[in-house]
Amino acid sequence: MKYIKKVLGSDLKKYTMVVALALLIIVFNIISGGRMLTSSNFQNLLSGNAYVLVLALGMLMVIVIGQIDLSVGSVAGFSGMVMALAARDLNLPWWAAVLIAIAIGLLAGAWQGFFLSRLGIPGFITTLGGMMIFRGGVIWISRSISVPAPSELKWFGAGYLPEWGPSFTGMNNSTLLMGLIGIAVYIALQLYKYQHTLDEDGKKGPLWAVITRIALMGLLIGYFTWLFGSGRYGTSFPVPGLILLILIIIYHTITQRTRFGRHVYAVGGNKSAAALSGVNVKRTYFLTMVNMSFLAAIAGILFVGRSTAAGPADGTSWEMDAIASVFIGGAAVSGGVGTILATMVGGMVMAVLNNGLMLMGVGADRTQVIKGFVLLAAVAFDVYNKHTGRGNAAA
Amino acid sequence: MILNMQGITKVFPGVRALDHVTLNVHQGSIHAICGENGAGKSTLMKVLSGVYPHGTYEGHMIYMGKEVTFRTIKESEAAGIVIIHQELTMIPELSITENIFMGNEILQHGLIDWEEEKRRTSDILRQVGLQIDPGTLIKHLGVGQQQLVEIAKALSKNVKLLILDEPTAALNEADSENLLHLMRELKKRGITCIMISHKLNEIAAISDYVTVIRDGCTVDSYAVEAGHVDENKIIRSMVGRSIENRYPVHESHPGEIIFEVSDWSVEDSRVQGRMLCKNSSFYVRAGEVVGFAGLMGAGRTELMRSIFGRNYGIYRGGTIKIRGKEVQITSVASAIRHGIAYVPEDRKNLGLNLLDTIRKTIVSANLGAIINKGLLNADRESAAARKYQRSLQIKTTSVDVGVNTLSGGNQQKVVLAKWMFAEPDVLILDEPTRGIDVGAKYEIYRLIHTLADQGKAVILVSSELPELLGMADRIYTIFEGSITGELKRNEADQESLMRRMTLTSQTESKA
Repeated sequence: MKYIKKVLGSDLKKYTMVVALALLIIVFNIISGGRMLTSSNFQNLLSGNAYVLVLALGMLMVIVIGQIDLSVGSVAGFSGMVMALAARDLNLPWWAAVLIAIAIGLLAGAWQGFFLSRLGIPGFITTLGGMMIFRGGVIWISRSISVPAPSELKWFGAGYLPEWGPSFTGMNNSTLLMGLIGIAVYIALQLYKYQHTLDEDGKKGPLWAVITRIALMGLLIGYFTWLFGSGRYGTSFPVPGLILLILIIIYHTITQRTRFGRHVYAVGGNKSAAALSGVNVKRTYFLTMVNMSFLAAIAGILFVGRSTAAGPADGTSWEMDAIASVFIGGAAVSGGVGTILATMVGGMVMAVLNNGLMLMGVGADRTQVIKGFVLLAAVAFDVYNKHTGRGNAAA
Repeated sequence: MILNMQGITKVFPGVRALDHVTLNVHQGSIHAICGENGAGKSTLMKVLSGVYPHGTYEGHMIYMGKEVTFRTIKESEAAGIVIIHQELTMIPELSITENIFMGNEILQHGLIDWEEEKRRTSDILRQVGLQIDPGTLIKHLGVGQQQLVEIAKALSKNVKLLILDEPTAALNEADSENLLHLMRELKKRGITCIMISHKLNEIAAISDYVTVIRDGCTVDSYAVEAGHVDENKIIRSMVGRSIENRYPVHESHPGEIIFEVSDWSVEDSRVQGRMLCKNSSFYVRAGEVVGFAGLMGAGRTELMRSIFGRNYGIYRGGTIKIRGKEVQITSVASAIRHGIAYVPEDRKNLGLNLLDTIRKTIVSANLGAIINKGLLNADRESAAARKYQRSLQIKTTSVDVGVNTLSGGNQQKVVLAKWMFAEPDVLILDEPTRGIDVGAKYEIYRLIHTLADQGKAVILVSSELPELLGMADRIYTIFEGSITGELKRNEADQESLMRRMTLTSQTESKA
C-alpha cells in the first residue's frame, strides 16, 4: 500500500472511478467474448460519445460555480440546425456555417449569462427557459424536417486521421505519432515535476516512483495507441476524439492553472468570500455560461457532422448525460468541487456502459434503467466516502 | 455525582483529539470547561451526547450511576442530556412552538395537537423568562431570545444535564447577563449545567467547578466558589504558560497620513432612506494602529465594507485619499489594487472558502503574484504558502490540508496570511480575534504590531474595549452610523469610549 501511494499519490480515493471504469471495460470484454476491446468498437465508442464529453467539459464548470445548465442539448441542436440551414439556403461555405453556429452558441450563452449574472435568476430557471426556447426554435426553423449538412463536416464528426509513411509499423502512423508524442510529453512533465517539487522536508521524492509512473502510463498510452491504430486500413484515432483531447487539455489547464479557473472554484466554494477577495462574481457566472453554450455549439457541430444532417430532435436530453458524467466524476451538487479529468472518467463510464450493454444485446430501455442505478450508486458512494472520511478534529 | 467520564480517548486520522480525559460533574452544579480552541472541549461534548457513537472512542461514561453507551443524540436526549450548540439550530421560518416540539410532536390520533403544544410552550417560555407569543417565528427573534428558546426546548425534553457550548459568544451584555441569571435559576431547580466558554469573567461569576482541557488532556479540575475564581490561574493552565500581559508591549512610530476617508456616506440597500454611515471622516498614519469602537449594528462593518470596494450598501458620497491622492475605488478588485485589505469579522462565511486547501487560500487574493506567462505557477504558490505557514506558525501537517480542518485561531492566521500575501498598505481588520483562544489572540496581536512596524496603516475594528485600549494608538467611536469621537490611547478608558458609543454626535464635539 505504501508503495502504491508513492506512485499514485496519497489520495487514492480519486482513483476509485478509474478502477471502476477499467473493471467495466474488462468485464464487458469478457462477457461479450472480446468484442469490447476491438479497434473498431473503441473508434466508434469515442467518436460516438465525443459530443457528450465536450458538453460535460462545460457542464463541470457550470456545476462547480454552483449552477446547472439544462439548455445545452437544445442549444447544441439549435446551433447545428442554423449551421445546416445557413449552408443549404444561403449557400455559405462550410466553414462560414461553422462560424455562424459558434456565434449562435456564444449569443445563447450571453443571453443566459445575462439573466443569471445581471438579474440574479438561478441558472436552473434561466436554462429551463432556454431549453424550451431553443428546442422550440430548432423545430420552428427546420419545420420539423431534417436538413442535410455540408459533407466536409463529416470529417469533424466521424473522420479519421490520414494514413502516411511506412507500412511496417502495422498501424495508422498518425495514431502512432500521437501516441509517441503523448508518451514523450508525459515523460517530460514527470521529469520536470520530479526536478522542481520538493516535499515538506525539502527533499525530492523517490526516483523509482517516477519511473514506475512513467512505465505504467507509457503502457496505457501504448496499448490504446495500438488499439486505435491497428484497425482496418483508413481508420485511426477518430478526429472527434482528437478534438475532444485538445479541448480536455485546454480546459484542464483553464480550470487548474489560470486565474479564471481559480475564480470558478472560489465562486462555487463561497461566493461572498470570493467577492471579498476581489473576484468579480458576476463576470465569472457570465463567462462560465457563455463557455457552456460555446461548447454546446461545438458538440452540435460534431454531431451534425457525424450524422450528416441536422435533425429537429438533435440534442434531446443530452444535458442529462452531461450532468450525469459530471456527478459520476465526483462533483458536488452544492458546487466548488470537481475536476475536468474526473468528469471525463465519469463520461467514459456512461459511454462504456452504453456500449457494453449494447454489445450484450441489452435493449435501450434496460440500458437506461442500469445507467440510472449507476448514477445513484456512484454519487451515493461518493457521499458515503466524504461522510466517513472527514474526521473533524477541531473542537 | 451525575456524570463521570473516565479515560475518554478519541482518535481522528492523524490526530489524538482526546487523550484519557476525565470529567466528573456534580449533581446540581454549574461546571465550566475551559481550553483553547482545538483543545478538545467540543469533541468531549460530542462523545457525551452521542454525536460520536459508542465504540468510536475509548473509555467509560457513568451517568446517574449507570454506565451509558449512547449511539445517537436521540439516546442521550432520552436520558436527559441536551446539548445547545454554539451555532443555533432552529428553523427560522417556523414558529417557537413548532421548533420546540420539532421531532417530539404531541400527537392525537396521529395529528399534531396544536392547542396542547402551544399551552406547554407558553408554560416553558415563562420558565426561561420570555414573555412572547409562542406563535412568533424564530426569524423575528433576536439572538439572545433564540438562545432562550433553545434552552426552553431543552426543558421541554426534561433535561437533567444541560450542555451549553459558548452560549454567550453571540450575545450582547444584557442578554449574556440574562442568560447567566437563568443558569442560576436552573441550578436551583436541580438541573446540572456544563458550560464551555472563552469568557473567563462569566465563568468566574457563576461556576462551581472548573475543568481545564489542553491538547486533549485534562490538565486541571477543581471546585471554586462562584465570584471568587482566579482568572489568571485558568489562563495559565489553558495555555500552559503564564501570560503576564494579554497585550504585547509595543511602541509605535506613526509616519505620515497614508489613508484618508472624507464624508463617507452609505445607504442601506434594503431599507430606502436609512443611512448606515453618515459623513464619516477619518485618517490613518503609516505604522499606526487605529481602533474603531462601536456596538453591534453601529455601522462599523458597513463602513469598512463600503470603503473596501463598495462591497456593502449603496454608496452615497465621500472620497478616499491614499498617500494624499484621491482614488476612485468602485470594486473589491480595485481596492486590492490600491493596496487595501479587509479581513472580515465572519471568518467562515466571508473570509474563507472552506473547501480550499491552505495553499490555495493564502494566494487567493493576489493570484497575479504567482502567475507566470498567464499560468499559475505551482512552485511559487507552494513557496508562498509555506513561507507564511512558517512565519505565522500555522499549526498543520501540510499546506495541502483543507482549511476546514483547522481550529479557529489557525483559520484566522490563514486569512491574515492571505491578506499579507496581497502586500497591502492599509489593513482593515474586522474583529480579528473573535472566537479565538487566548494564546492565538496574543500571536495575532504581535502580528498586528509587526505589520504596523512595516509601515502599514492598520485599522482595528473590535467590540472588545480592552482589546482596543491594549492595541490601538488612536480610537474612533461610532454610533448609529456616525463617528462620534476620536481619542488617543492615553486619553481613553472603557467609560469614555462607551459614553461616545451610546450618545449621538449632535451633542458631542470631536475630541
